[in-house]
Amino acid sequence: MPTVYIPPALRDLTGGVETVEGKGQTVRAVLVDLEPRYPGLTAKLCIDDALRPGLMVAVSGTMSRQGLRTPVPANAEVHFLPALGGG
Amino acid sequence: MSKKRVVSATINGNTTEFLCEPRQTLLEVLRNVLNMTGTKEGCTNGNCGSCTVLLNGRPVTSCLVLAVEADGASVRTIEGVACGSHLDPVQQCFLEGAALQCGICTPGFIMQTEALLEQNGHPTEADVRFHLAGNLCRCTGYDKIVRSVLAAAEFKRGEATT
Amino acid sequence: MATGEKRKYKVIGTRPLRHDGVDKLTGRAQYGADIRLTGMLHGVVLRSPHAHAKIKSIDTSAAAALPGVRAICTSADFPDQVGRIVELGEGAVNMRHLSANVMAHDKALYKGHAVAAVAADSIHIAEEAAKLIKIDYEPLPPVMEVLGAMRDDAPLLNDDVRMTEMGTVKPETKPSNVAAKFLFTKGDVTAGFAKADIIIEREFRTATVHQGYIEPHNATVLWNADGKVTVWMSTQGTFTARQQTAELVGIAVSDVKVVPMEIGGGFGGKISVYLPPVAAILSRKSGKPVQIQMERAAVFEATGPTPGSFMRVKVGATRDGKIVAGEAWIAFEAGAFPGSPIAPGCMCVFSCYDIPDARVEGYDVCVNKPRSNAYRAPGSTQVAFAMETVVDEICEKLGVDAAEFRIKNGAKEGTRRVDGPVYHRIGMIETVEAIRDSEHYQSKLTGPNRGRGIATGFWFNAGLKSAVVATVNLDGTVSLIEGSTDIGGSRTGIAMQLAETLGIAAEAVKPQVADTDSIGYTDVTGGSRVTFATGIAAVEAAKEIQKQMVERAALLWEVDSASVKYEDGKVIGPAEKSFSFAELAAKIHEVGGAVIGHGTSSSAEQGGAFGTHCVDVEVDPDTGKVQILRYTIAQDAGTAIHPSYVEGQMQGGVVQGIGWALNEEYFYDDKGVMRNATFLDYRIPTCYDVPMIETIIVEVPDPAHPYGVRGVGEVPICPPPAAIANAIHAAVGVRMRDLPMSPPKVCAAVMQKK
Ligand code: FES
Ligand code: FES
Repeated sequence: MPTVYIPPALRDLTGGVETVEGKGQTVRAVLVDLEPRYPGLTAKLCIDDALRPGLMVAVSGTMSRQGLRTPVPANAEVHFLPALGGG
Repeated sequence: MSKKRVVSATINGNTTEFLCEPRQTLLEVLRNVLNMTGTKEGCTNGNCGSCTVLLNGRPVTSCLVLAVEADGASVRTIEGVACGSHLDPVQQCFLEGAALQCGICTPGFIMQTEALLEQNGHPTEADVRFHLAGNLCRCTGYDKIVRSVLAAAEFKRGEATT
Repeated sequence: MATGEKRKYKVIGTRPLRHDGVDKLTGRAQYGADIRLTGMLHGVVLRSPHAHAKIKSIDTSAAAALPGVRAICTSADFPDQVGRIVELGEGAVNMRHLSANVMAHDKALYKGHAVAAVAADSIHIAEEAAKLIKIDYEPLPPVMEVLGAMRDDAPLLNDDVRMTEMGTVKPETKPSNVAAKFLFTKGDVTAGFAKADIIIEREFRTATVHQGYIEPHNATVLWNADGKVTVWMSTQGTFTARQQTAELVGIAVSDVKVVPMEIGGGFGGKISVYLPPVAAILSRKSGKPVQIQMERAAVFEATGPTPGSFMRVKVGATRDGKIVAGEAWIAFEAGAFPGSPIAPGCMCVFSCYDIPDARVEGYDVCVNKPRSNAYRAPGSTQVAFAMETVVDEICEKLGVDAAEFRIKNGAKEGTRRVDGPVYHRIGMIETVEAIRDSEHYQSKLTGPNRGRGIATGFWFNAGLKSAVVATVNLDGTVSLIEGSTDIGGSRTGIAMQLAETLGIAAEAVKPQVADTDSIGYTDVTGGSRVTFATGIAAVEAAKEIQKQMVERAALLWEVDSASVKYEDGKVIGPAEKSFSFAELAAKIHEVGGAVIGHGTSSSAEQGGAFGTHCVDVEVDPDTGKVQILRYTIAQDAGTAIHPSYVEGQMQGGVVQGIGWALNEEYFYDDKGVMRNATFLDYRIPTCYDVPMIETIIVEVPDPAHPYGVRGVGEVPICPPPAAIANAIHAAVGVRMRDLPMSPPKVCAAVMQKK
């Protein structure tokens, strides 16, 4: 099952736990699976059915531009990170 | 606003007459009156060297020269360096040596180098760095510029002996 | 010098002449300020003399009465923006803040903040008119320094800024200068430090510095009678500039066309718009095209810079030289509006090492300075200065070699970063090994007051979106149209990848950067992404051309296209039939129309890039002046497409880093006025200040790119301040923890030690 890393700022929702497991083949599906167990998580990460502006998702170490649609393979790691640019 | 003056100068070998206000710089006239935009503006206060032209053979920052001072003078700009469709050796060495990235500093460096090689056919690396210290480049770290200037000097020496 | 056995490629790795070289060497290339339009007016922006002030009223009547004045604008001419967050390809921007930065609303938040603008028949009339605009200011106390701005009693810049964490604001939060907090943890940092035999904790400060591109910002805008707006400008991203301009003046994105002129340097500072919306309003009001060129002082006072910072870094290691824990607390000066690169700063501070337990906390803080912008590996140079100096001190205390320590602790494939993700294949250790094995590092440095230092740096490198279109010409050349503005020769790097894939010469490709109506969406030239991502698009376009060329050959030969293949620049059919690319190109019209290949890239993300630097310095103990004697940089380029321009990026980044390390800083007086807003007093390195910069290109191909490219533009700026600080310590025994390490500071440190 994919492992979701909970950002430190949101760990009050998971009782301080750093990683949780969620079922699903996309980031959206994983969050839907987690929401009943960790109510409020989706609202912290998303707005209007999309990741909040300034946030990005990385699946197994690769940043994705597809947001909630990003495919999540079975044993993937999911990270929510600040979006980055460059100079 | 005071009245415009007529100025006559030889620019890149051509006798050129233009009208300018006494407060206008040579840089402004080249770029905005004569539409010779090859000479670049980086600071307008003499600190960056990108506006370098040769005034009677001497390198000057054209942003610090009033256009009226050019009356009767000869002015050489970047537009007058290549001979027809042939690059000058300095330009050719800059091209081959990858001495430019964004290229905004390049016309100034070329003019400054022309002046250096006019006076000193055998510059050392230290000579080159000293002579070009008034021209700023933010992209290249100067390495390839200095090497290209040294290559141009060598090329010119070869040309002179054959 | 490139590592790696034999030549894999025909075009990649060679050094063709750049396609735009002759234009740029003869003065023919048209940069932003070079465009001349019929009836063009000249604009001037009037700027606040105060660092922090309420704007009580603006009276433009005297200016408007001056003959030759055609239009005046203030913030009243801009549509109201709600505090909407817009993704601009390079991060999210609050439109209200962007609008207030382009033209101050009710408050001026830094010296140089735009408050009004005039367009007139000549620049001199516009300047005179600007002086006639009367503004009634109520000066407020400025706050110029990051820790001061974080205090509860600090003067407040923006009453709509409250501290966000992961994009949300806690309900009880009051307005403050602290705009955002970031927190990253890995493992248990307390337990980690308990395992350490040695712990070093130090505080660091870095000054505000500017990108320092030689070409000032510029914009020429025509607001046509049909409501269509054309912008000619030098920008790092035409599509981003188009979107910002359209949003700020309140028209549809498709009504704006941005035409990219050649650009005289950017380094991250030419992504945000400053002038185009102002010139657009002036053009709408006057009915004529308006050109504005920024003055150098305004470039310093109102654009760029990269944040000043305060950082505390703590690292623990065992006696046998293994890092066990790291902790960092970082605050960056965002400038007048939120948005410093604090997040990447936090994510980069420990990025070069494999650290089991770590914690990083970071703050984005508003101060009365220009709104900060990206500058080459934004945020990474500051934190590398802190971390790499601490690492050097640990090596010193443990008595271990600085290169071996980095090899032992270096991040590699499988290392988990403090922000969570695990690295794919990276070349950090390879760059340290390249330095360790270099003639420079192996050589002996002798003489009094001389010392050697090394440091490593990291940058993420972005992927983002690119588009190209390539058309086969009958003479066997290919016209390549791309959306990536070319700041340092990238046109040629992209053309070479297309040429390699097609098996033709680099010179047979004719690259051109097109406007926003002529090519598909392309993100900014930044994030070290162009050679990578636009390169992928070019390879894709080339493959599409290959396919079509195979079909054309099959039609010409009247055979089944399945029996035809594209190989090595040739199209080969049954019965030893073959065409060279040029032969077939000459015949394509016999059996069809134009052959056009398209390519886009969007999803691919790069692996990171690392570099390790080695520097020898000599310190004059009487004056504090630091002379760079020798400098070598080793950097992982993945695959170097055009080695000369890879070296050029490395050398240019190093010299910018040297400037940041030794000289560059914004000097503010107690009123918040910058006192060195010229290139004379804000002293960037000249060629007299630096030696040749020796380069070692390490090639650890990035699996995310068909040829293994890694972006090279940004990471070379990260290590120099730390490498030089470490060298200064080796030379005279003082630790410099405050940038720049300018002569007075070095001199004072040396005196104190005595
Ligand atoms: S524009 Fe003349 S020296 Fe900078
Ligand atoms: S090449 Fe850009 S300033 Fe020199």
